[in-house]
Amino acid sequence: MKIYDAVVIGAGVTGCAVARELSRYNGSFLTLERTPDVCEGTSKANSAIIHAGFDAQPGTLKARMNVRGNKMMDRLSKELDIPFKRIGALVTCLREEDLPQLKELFDRGIENGVEGLSLLTGDEARAVEPNLTDDVCGALSAETSGVVCPFELTLGLGESAAINGVEFSFDTRVTGLRREGEYWLIETEKGDIPAKTVVNAAGVYAGELHNMVCEDKLNIIPRKGEYCLLDKTAGGHVSRTVFQLPGKLGKGVLVSPTVHGNLLVGPTAVDVEDPEAANTTAEGLKEVAEKSGWAVKDVPMRQVITSFMGLRAHEEGDDFILGESADGFFDAAGIESPGLTSAPAIGEYLGGLIAEKLSLEQKESFEPMRRGVPRVAEMPIGERAVLIEKDPRYGNIICRCEEVSEGEILDAVHSVLGAKTLDGVKRRTRAGMGRCQAGFCSPRVMEILSRELGLDMTEIRKSGKDSQIVLEKTRKEAHGDGA
Amino acid sequence: MEHDIVIIGGGPAGLAAAISAKEAGAGDILILEREKELGGILNQCIHNGFGLHTFKEELTGPEYAARYISRVRELGIPCLLSTTVVDLQRDRDGLTVTSVSRQDGLLQTRAKAVILAMGCRERPRGALNIPGTRPAGIFSAGTAQRLVNLEGYMPGRRVVILGSGDIGLIMARRMTLEGAKVLCVAELQPYSGGLKRNIVQCLNDYDIPLKLSHTVVDIRGRERVTDVTIAEVGPDLRPIPGTEEDYECDTLLLSVGLLPENELSRAVGVELAPVTGGPIVNESLETNIPGVFACGNVLHVHDLVDYVSQEAAGAGRNAAGYALGGRASGGAGIPIVPAGAVRYTVPCTVDPARMDDELVVRFRVGRNMRKAAVTLKAGGRELISRKRPVMAPGEMEQLTIERVWLTGSEESLTLEAREEE
Amino acid sequence: MPIVELTCISCPLGCPLKVETDDEGRVLSVTGNTCKRGEAYGRKEVTAPTRTVTSTVRLLGGSAPVVSVRTREDIPKGKIFDVMAEIRAAAVTAPVHIGDVVISNIAGTGVDLIATADREGI
Repeated sequence: MKIYDAVVIGAGVTGCAVARELSRYNGSFLTLERTPDVCEGTSKANSAIIHAGFDAQPGTLKARMNVRGNKMMDRLSKELDIPFKRIGALVTCLREEDLPQLKELFDRGIENGVEGLSLLTGDEARAVEPNLTDDVCGALSAETSGVVCPFELTLGLGESAAINGVEFSFDTRVTGLRREGEYWLIETEKGDIPAKTVVNAAGVYAGELHNMVCEDKLNIIPRKGEYCLLDKTAGGHVSRTVFQLPGKLGKGVLVSPTVHGNLLVGPTAVDVEDPEAANTTAEGLKEVAEKSGWAVKDVPMRQVITSFMGLRAHEEGDDFILGESADGFFDAAGIESPGLTSAPAIGEYLGGLIAEKLSLEQKESFEPMRRGVPRVAEMPIGERAVLIEKDPRYGNIICRCEEVSEGEILDAVHSVLGAKTLDGVKRRTRAGMGRCQAGFCSPRVMEILSRELGLDMTEIRKSGKDSQIVLEKTRKEAHGDGA
Repeated sequence: MEHDIVIIGGGPAGLAAAISAKEAGAGDILILEREKELGGILNQCIHNGFGLHTFKEELTGPEYAARYISRVRELGIPCLLSTTVVDLQRDRDGLTVTSVSRQDGLLQTRAKAVILAMGCRERPRGALNIPGTRPAGIFSAGTAQRLVNLEGYMPGRRVVILGSGDIGLIMARRMTLEGAKVLCVAELQPYSGGLKRNIVQCLNDYDIPLKLSHTVVDIRGRERVTDVTIAEVGPDLRPIPGTEEDYECDTLLLSVGLLPENELSRAVGVELAPVTGGPIVNESLETNIPGVFACGNVLHVHDLVDYVSQEAAGAGRNAAGYALGGRASGGAGIPIVPAGAVRYTVPCTVDPARMDDELVVRFRVGRNMRKAAVTLKAGGRELISRKRPVMAPGEMEQLTIERVWLTGSEESLTLEAREEE
Repeated sequence: MPIVELTCISCPLGCPLKVETDDEGRVLSVTGNTCKRGEAYGRKEVTAPTRTVTSTVRLLGGSAPVVSVRTREDIPKGKIFDVMAEIRAAAVTAPVHIGDVVISNIAGTGVDLIATADREGI
C-alpha cells in the first residue's frame, strides 16, 4: 500500500495552499475532498477581500498570516493567472465618539506592519468615495487592501499543486482517523489511506477531525454570513471596499466592488448549529439591505442578481490554530476571516513545518506557473480574433450575460482539476453567473458536459451527487427501436 | 463594406423588421441571430394562441415564426446564425457591429442603421431575494419550457410555480400534460398578470389552484429542492406571519417578470427608460443614437406577438427610410407624458414633421380598472378620448394618433387613463 | 337545476358567467355575460367544451430529440389525456414539416395531430 508523505484533508483555499507548498518538495502528496470540487465549503462564500491586516490583534497568528498573505498576493496572482486588484479599502466611522476606535485600528495596523495606512476626515473620505453618506465622520484608508475571486484563487492553488504532482481525490469523505504504528490511517468512504503526516484543513469540520486525535479539544462554531451580489451596472457605486467600524449598532456590513466588477454587500453574522447550513433568511437579507445604507448611500438594491450565504469556521479562542497538534497531525483550524488572505501564508508555514519534519528536499522541477481559463470577452479585439481563428470554439458564445464561449467551457472541463458539474463550470468560467443566472445557458452547458464527460443529461448535476437538473426524458425510447 | 441595416436578433421582432425594411426599399440587410435557428423564443412556445390578429387563425409559436422566416427567405435577406453580437459602437460615419461565431470568427460589420431586436430575459430568483437554500430544481419558467419542449427532458415531477405570468401558466399545463403534479401557482399581486384564457385553460382545466396575494418565503433542500413555504401577503406585499404553508416538491418554477435585454444598447450609449427598461424612442422608434432603432421586447415587454410584429414592421420601415437617406433623424419631438394609470408610453416623443399620417402609441396601465377612459390632451385641448370597459396591467394598450391633430407647436402631450366619473 | 360558474374568455373583460342547465345537461340560461359571444361561450363550455392540445412527439433520425405537434382543430376536452397517451407513445421519422400528419384521427376524435415545426434529417 502506498504511504503518502502528507495527506491534506479539505480542498478549500487553505488545503489547496498547503498542497501547493508541499508540491515544492519531493514526496508523495494527496488532497482529500468530500465534495465533487475544490472550494465548496467556507472558501466558497465570503467577502472575497484580501485584507490589509489592521484588524487582527498584534502578535496573533491571524495578524502574522494576514500581513504575510497580503504581501504574497501580487506574485501569486501572476503565477496562478488569476485576477487580483488592489483597490484599497476605507473603514468608515459613523459617530464622532467612535473616532478614537478608528485611531486604535490605525495604530494596530502600524504595529502589525501594515503599509499604506492613513486617517481621513469625513470630507476627505467623501472626496475619494463620493457615495459615502454624510454620517461618515472619519475613515481609515488602507491602500494594500484588495479583492480576489475566492474560487479562482482556490482552483489556481489546487491546479498548481496538481500540476506539480499532488493527487486529488474528490467525493471522498473522511470518516475516521487513527494512529497505526508509524503512520496515520485515514478512513474514507473509498477505503483507508496511510500517511506519514496529515493536514487538517477541514473548515467547519476541522474541530471534529482535531478532536478525533487530540487531547485538547477544539470547538469550531459555524458562523453564518449572508450576502447580496449586485449587477455589474452597480459595480462602480464604490471604487474600493467600504467597511463600517464596529459601533454601538453592531458590526455593520461592507460594500465592495468584486474583482469581476459586481457590487457585493454583506455579511450578517449569526452562529448556527448546522455545519451544512446553506440557507439565506428573510431577516438576514433585510439586515444586509438596511445596514449597507449606513456608510454608503443609495446602494441600488434593486439590482441584486443573487443572494448567498457562507459559513465561517469560528474558533472560541478567536485565533487560527496552526501547527503540529499531535505527532504528524498538523492543524489549520479556526480559519475564518482573514482566512482567504492568510491561506498562502498558512500554506507556506505548514508546508515548511512538514518538509522540516520529514526532511523533504526542494524539487528543482517545481513549476510555479499555471494557466487559467482565458477570459475571451476581456481580450483586446485583435487578440480575440486571432484566438477564434485558431480555435473557432472560442467564437461560440454559450453564456450571453457573461459572454463565455464554448472554448472556455471546454478548457474548464478538461483542465487538470476539471469541472464536472454545472456549478463547477460556472465557477471556472462565470457561465451562468450573470444577470439571467443561468436561465439561458444552463441547457447548453449541460449538453457540453454530457458530450465531453460521456454522461446522460439526467446524470448532469448542479453540484452534489443528488443535485440532478433534469430527471428523465419526456419521451422514452419505444421497445425494440435503438434510435 | 457597409450594410444598409443590420438587425440584431432574429426573433419575431427582427424578422418583421427585416421584411418591412426590405419591402420599403432597403437593399442590403443582415440579420444576426445568436441561436442556431431563426424564430427566437417562439420556437419553444409550442402552445397555440399566436397570430389571431395578424393571420386570423390560432397558430403555435413555431408556426407563427415559420411564416416570417419563409418570407425572409423569399426576400433573400441574409442571416448569420449562431452569431452573438458582443459590441455596438457609433462613429461619425456610421455604426460598427462586432460579432463572434464559430463559422465566421470575429466580424466587424459596418451599418448605416441598426435595429435592436434582442428581446428580453426572465427575472431570476436572485432578483426576488427569496430566502432559503440554493439547490437544483429552481428554474425560470422559460428555461423549463426549453428543456421540456425543445430538449425533451422533464425538470421535475412535483412542481410549485411562483408568478402567474403567461409563461408560468402555460408551463403549469405543459408540466401537467407531461405527467408532473403542479401543486399550485402563487401570485404576489392580488390579480394575475396572465391572460384570462390561460387561467381558465391552463389552471382551471386541471384543477391547479391559483393563490393570489401569496409568495414563496422559504426554499429548502440541500442538493435538490425538497419543499417550499408559501405565505399570504398583505396589501404592502409583505408576508403575513402565521399564514405559511409547506409544499413538498422537487421543483420551483419562477415566472416573475421579463426584463428587456439592453446591454448592447448601453454599450452604444442608448438612453433607457426606467419604467420599461427599454430604450427611450421617438415616433420613428429611433433611440437617442442616430440610426439605432429598437422594437419588440427589447423596447418594452409585449403581451401578444402580433403587436411585436406590427411594431417591428414600423421600425423596419423607418430604419429603411433613414438608411436610404429620406427620413430625417435624431432629435426628440413633443414629449408624451403618462398620466393617471398610464405607466409609460412607446414612443416617448412625437415629431409631427416626421411622423406618418397615423402613429400607434403603445402603453400599459398600473392597475386593474373598469369603465375607464383613455384621453390624449395637448395642454388643455382634448385630442381624443376612448372608452375602455376594462384595463389591466397584464395587457398592452394602444391608441392611434393622427398627424392632422397636431400643430407642431404643442409643448407636450398627455396620455391619461382613469376611471370614468 | 345545476348551475355552472365560469369565467368568460372571449375578451379581456372576463365576465363571471352562470350557466343554468336542466337535468339532461341542456342549457336553460346564461347570465353574467355582457355580450353575445359570452353567451355562446357559456353554452359551448358547458355542453361541449373543446381544446386544442399541443405537445411534442419523439423524433427519429433528426437533429432534435422531439418535434412539436398540435391537434389540427379542437378536440373534446374530456379526451385531452387520451390524446396525450397516444402522443407519448408515438414517434415520427425526420424529415418532418409543418402541417404533416403525425397521427391521424387521434384518440378517435376525428382530428389529426399535425407537426408544428420543420425538422430535417441528420
